[in-house]
Order: sequence, then C-alpha cells, then structure tokens
Amino acid sequence: MRMKGLLVGAVLASTAVIPAFVSSASAQDTIYVPLFSYRTGPFAGSGIPIANGMSDYLNMLNERDGGINGVKLVVEECETGYNTEKGVACYESTKAKNPVITNPYSTGITLQLIPRASVDKIPVLSMAYGLSASAVGQSFPWVFNPPATYWDGLSMIIKYIADKEGGFAKLKGKTIGYIFFDGGYGREPLPLLEIFAKKYGFETKLYPVPPAEMQNQSGQWLNVRKDKPDWMIMWGWGAMNPTAVKEAARIKFPMDKFVGIWWSGGDDDARPAGDDAKGYLTLNFNGVGSQYPAVQDIIKHLVSKGKSQTQPDKVGENLYNRGIYNSVLIAEAIRNAQKITGKKVVTGEDVRRGLESLTITQARWKELGLEGFGAPITNVNCTDHNGHHAAYMQQWDGKKWVKITDWIAPLKDEVRPLLEAAAADYVAKNAGWPKRTESCDRPS
Amino acid sequence: MLCVKPYSMFCKIFIIPFYEMWELPDIFVQTLWEGLVGGTLYSLIALGFVLIFKASGVFNFAQGIMVVFAALSLVGLHAIGVPAILALALTVLIMLVLAFAIERVVLRPLVNQPDIILFMATFGLTYFLIGFGELIFGGDPKVMITKQLYIPTGTLSFDFAGGRVEMQKLDITAVVVASLMVAVLAVFFSKTRIGRALRAVADSHKAALSVGISLNQIWIIVWFAAGLVALVTGIMWGARSEVSFALEIIALKALPVLILGGFTSIPGAIVGGLIIGVGEKVGEIYWGPLFGRGIESWLAYMIALVFLLFRPQGLFGEKIIERV
Repeated sequence: MRMKGLLVGAVLASTAVIPAFVSSASAQDTIYVPLFSYRTGPFAGSGIPIANGMSDYLNMLNERDGGINGVKLVVEECETGYNTEKGVACYESTKAKNPVITNPYSTGITLQLIPRASVDKIPVLSMAYGLSASAVGQSFPWVFNPPATYWDGLSMIIKYIADKEGGFAKLKGKTIGYIFFDGGYGREPLPLLEIFAKKYGFETKLYPVPPAEMQNQSGQWLNVRKDKPDWMIMWGWGAMNPTAVKEAARIKFPMDKFVGIWWSGGDDDARPAGDDAKGYLTLNFNGVGSQYPAVQDIIKHLVSKGKSQTQPDKVGENLYNRGIYNSVLIAEAIRNAQKITGKKVVTGEDVRRGLESLTITQARWKELGLEGFGAPITNVNCTDHNGHHAAYMQQWDGKKWVKITDWIAPLKDEVRPLLEAAAADYVAKNAGWPKRTESCDRPS
Repeated sequence: MLCVKPYSMFCKIFIIPFYEMWELPDIFVQTLWEGLVGGTLYSLIALGFVLIFKASGVFNFAQGIMVVFAALSLVGLHAIGVPAILALALTVLIMLVLAFAIERVVLRPLVNQPDIILFMATFGLTYFLIGFGELIFGGDPKVMITKQLYIPTGTLSFDFAGGRVEMQKLDITAVVVASLMVAVLAVFFSKTRIGRALRAVADSHKAALSVGISLNQIWIIVWFAAGLVALVTGIMWGARSEVSFALEIIALKALPVLILGGFTSIPGAIVGGLIIGVGEKVGEIYWGPLFGRGIESWLAYMIALVFLLFRPQGLFGEKIIERV
C-alpha cells in the first residue's frame, strides 16, 4: 500500500515537474512560431499548399541552419478551417506559449485579432491580406501587411487594364465586372473600386458569390454574359477560383481579359479548366518554380527525407512558394529583431520592432537563396507597415504560370491617402483605440 | 416604353425584367436551361434525403458529406491506378459497405429512440466521414475523371432569336442521368415489394416489424440507394467544378427543395427541385440587380416559404391530421 502510494506520488510529482522543466528549457532555447492553417474544409485547396510552404521553409531553417542564429524555431500549426471562430480559438490556445508572431491567414480572423494584438503584445502579420488600412503604422503599430495591400492590388490591376486599353483616359465608358467572395476579403477593395470608377469614368458591375454558392456560379456568369463587361476582375479563394475559371470558359469570356488578385492564382485554380483556362491572368508577388537554391534545400533536407507533408511534384507551385514568401518575412523579422535587441531568444515585442524596420534588398534575396523571388522590401517603416511594393502579372499557358510583365508598381499616391483616411475612420469608430506609444527603429 | 430613367421601383420590378426577357430571348432560354440543370441536380440531392426520411423518419444530415465521400472514393481509387469503370464499380461497393456499417453501428443500436437522437447520430456520422475522408484522401481538391468515365464534354451551341444558346454536353448528361435515376428509383420504391415494405416502415416501425418486414434490411437498402444518389450527384457536380469538401455545402440546397416538395414525396423532390432551380436562376438574373445580386442562396428559401403559406405540408407532402 505504501509502495503504491509512493509510486502515485512519484508519478504526480513528475507530471508537475517535467512540463515546468520543458517549458523553461523551451522558453530559453527556442522561438515559438504558430502558423494558422487550413488543411481541411472548403478552402483546403488553397490552404494546403500555403501551409506546406510556410512550415517547410521554417523547418528547413531548423534542419539546415539549426534555426535562426542558433535558436531553433518551434513551428506549430493550428487548424482554423478558414473559420473565424476557430481562428480566434487558435489564437487563444497559442497565446499562452509566448508566440513571437501571429499568422491568421484569413481576413476574417485578422479583423478579429487586430484589437487584441496591442493588448497581448503579439504582432499580426497578414501578408498581402487583411485590413488594407492596417498599413498605417501610426494607427496600427502591431499589424503588418507587406508587401502590398488589396487596394494596391486593385490599383495594379486597373493600371494593367489601362495600359492594355491605351491609357487611363481610354477607361472612360468601359465596363469592368468584379466577381468576389461575398465576405470581408472580397468586399475589402470595393470602396477603392468605386473611387476609381468615378475618377476614370468606367462603369462597374458587381457579382458577389456567397460562400455556399462557391461551386454553383452559373447565375453569376450568366449575368456576366448578359452585362458583357469589357474586363472581369476576381477576388476569389478556395473552391470559388477553379469554378469561376471554368464558368468563364463556359460562357467564352475572353480569358486574357479576366484578371484575378494574387489569391486567385493557384495552379489548382487554373488547371481543372484545362486548355480553356489558357490566357487567364492573375497578379503575383513571388516567384514560381523550384529552381531557387532555398527551395532546393527544402527538397534536400525535408521532402526527400519524408519530413514534409508536401507531395514532391507540388514543390515550387505558386501557392506553395507563397507560403515560403510568408515564412521568409517571419524569419527575416526574427533575424532583424535579434540584430536590433542583441538577444537570441526574442519576444513578440522584439519581433514587432523587427517587422517595423524590415528590409530585404535584392542582395539579401540572393543571400537567402531566393534571387529574383520577390521584389525588394525596402519601404516598411514606422508609419508604413506595408510598403506598397510591386507585383507582376502572370498568365496561365495551359500547364503553368508564366510571368508576362515586369514589376508593376501600385498607384501609391492615390492609394495611400485613402488608406490613411480609412485608418482614421477605423480609429474614430472604435472608441478608446490606443494611441501609439511604441518607439521607432531605423530600417535594418 | 413606360419607363424612363431614373427608373422607378415599379419599373424595376414589374417592367424591366420582362422587357429584358423579351429583348434578349437567348439569355432567357439560357437562364431556363441553367435553372433546369441546377434543378435536376437539386432534385437528385433531395431524393437522397427523401429516401432516408421515408424509411426512418430521420433527416439525414450526412447526405452532403456522402456526396463528397462517394466522389472522393471514385477519384481516389482512380488516382492509385484503378481503371475508371472498375473504380466506379468499387465505389458502388464502398457505398454498400457504408450502408451496412451505418445500419449496424449507428442505426441498429438506436431503434425505437426518439427521431431527434437519430438526427443527432447523422451529425456524428457527418463529422466522422469528414475526418475519415480527409485522413484517407487528404483535404486538397481533386479533378473529376470525366473523360475516363466517358462523360461527354464540350458544348452544343445553336442560334436562337438572333442570339446564341449554349448547352454543355456535361449538363445534358447530368439531366439525362439524373432523370433516369429518379425514374428508376421512383418505380423501384413505388411498384416493387421492397418499395411497399419501405412505405410500411415509413408508416410505423412496429407495425412493419409485426408483419415480418426486416427493418434492418430496409435501412440498408435505402442508405445504399442514398449512397448511389450521392455518387451520381458527386460525379456530376464534381465535373462542373472540382471534387472537394466544399461540395458538402451544395447539399444544403436540397433544404428548400424538401420544404417545397415535402419530406416524404419522391415526385415532390423532383418538382420541387425544378421549381427551385429555375426560380432561383430567373430571380438572380432578372431581379438580382435590385438586391445587389448574389440572391440565389436565400431566394430558394423565399420561394419555398411562399409555397408553404398555401400548402404547409409542401407540394406533395402528406397532410398530417392528429386527433387530440
């Protein structure tokens, strides 16, 4: 009996002591990076390659370099299913583990986390998604959305269309259709579209796609056929993208006048339509293909050793590389935070500073083994948390994406004042929004 | 014309839509065709619900995920090298095994339990199949093996009233296959011995058991039939879009069809599906702009609710009279 009591006591004591030991050890020697992902549910088609790219790059740094400056990264995925409630639950469950950054990977989740970031001192990285106005660093010191906002994206698309039509003046009298996921994400660029329509004199036609109708868009495309717009712009995600491409082909809409935002350009978005998708255009800000040395390192250290969830033939596809791009921003922000603070194990507050002075020059992209993978990140600072960097247009050739333009700079002069007004509006509508008290670091 | 810009609300509702139908008859015919195709597929989904409801009085929440599971099984088997036709046969077998498993593991232990318990059990079944499906096939979308199944693709296009009407061969196939399937199932469940047994079970489990009808056998048959319906729906809808877990949501479109057609009527599922399919497409194209478009998802319910005002039991549903 006594022996049994001792054993029970020993087990209880060990369960109390071991986690404390592990936790203290991991807090000293590792950096915790949660990745919100969706490998299940209706948006898994877009979510899986991104999750693979994000985790593979960070895990490759662990395998190849032993982490960042000798500190291992603890990379942990939390499944959100692209569901806002689940995303918030992920945030709450990871918060206690001292994350240095949050990657919501959903505009809906991002909008929920923006007010919490400054309270919990965990920076939010919503890479080229989320609230466009959060680019205004004075109002949103804890939120970052480089390399470009949705509004930048729309301005680049309008610029491309104007270029094809022979100048902005030629947009007058044209009709531009906008098919979009009827949620926070798809509605985000609407205010700017209205402003552009007034300014350049084109008419807009809106085609919302409710989440339940993502795979049932024949009504929307019949309306497109009836309205005969000159151009179509798409803000789609998940199963909405391949369905829209197929439906556009069904009504014989000219595919070289159908332009998607960067989230509508997955390989699996265009591929199911086969040859009919030839000519479909989307913006992109990351390179595609597996020819980059860093991607080859992922293959060498993870994929070929069975340490990745990625199928070998999917490495290098557009959304996979998008995930890599996201993780490059995370890794470089951590590295920058280490440099600024002189600490090896950094905190959320340190990484916020790292993000705020983040610079990735052309030379740095090359050092990372990703030469030409992205445009230089040079404009992120205390006031500008986005940088309004350039993207390029890619076109589906029936088998793969092909880059067809040089880098297209956004209409920053037009977008930035509107973003600042939107940020001021957000602050005014949210009574008690904290004033910025965080100090400012010089770019790295 | 009666209307001048800026158009009054009266014009927008009562004049312009009909003028557009008259002015662009090819678009109107195209709209009716698209509605017919969608409606036929809704009928097929609704049929899956009706079969199970008739046999067990349960609204099968898992019908949507059965569509996904069947389509994923087919595509998944083909992906590992099984020829398409053999994969189709094996998927039918999988749906039979699933029907057996559901009867044995889920339904049999719950005999004589309140309907709500069985309903909740179908929730559990849904989440099990989602998890199991993702475990086996992964969450990434797949391309339906349309050509390998000899389903015709391409377009039939013809001139109509100075315009053009286009019919996808895939859609024509969907309409033909769905109509045939609905007809066969309707005859099977109304003219055969099993069909009569099904009706007896639907009326009363105890009375059916007392005359020697095997409740378990009937359940297996209807769940298998619902599985076949799910497979055909999955193939047709998967070919139109992609095979992914998002297809599960499509099954929700059967709800207004069931409200309209009645939960126990096979003809109700067919007629209801066509009314909803055509109604929502015509509404979206001609009255959608009044509401900012994208009204299909709720218009279907509005149509069903308007019908309910006049026929609370649905178009062909049984009128329930309970003496107190």
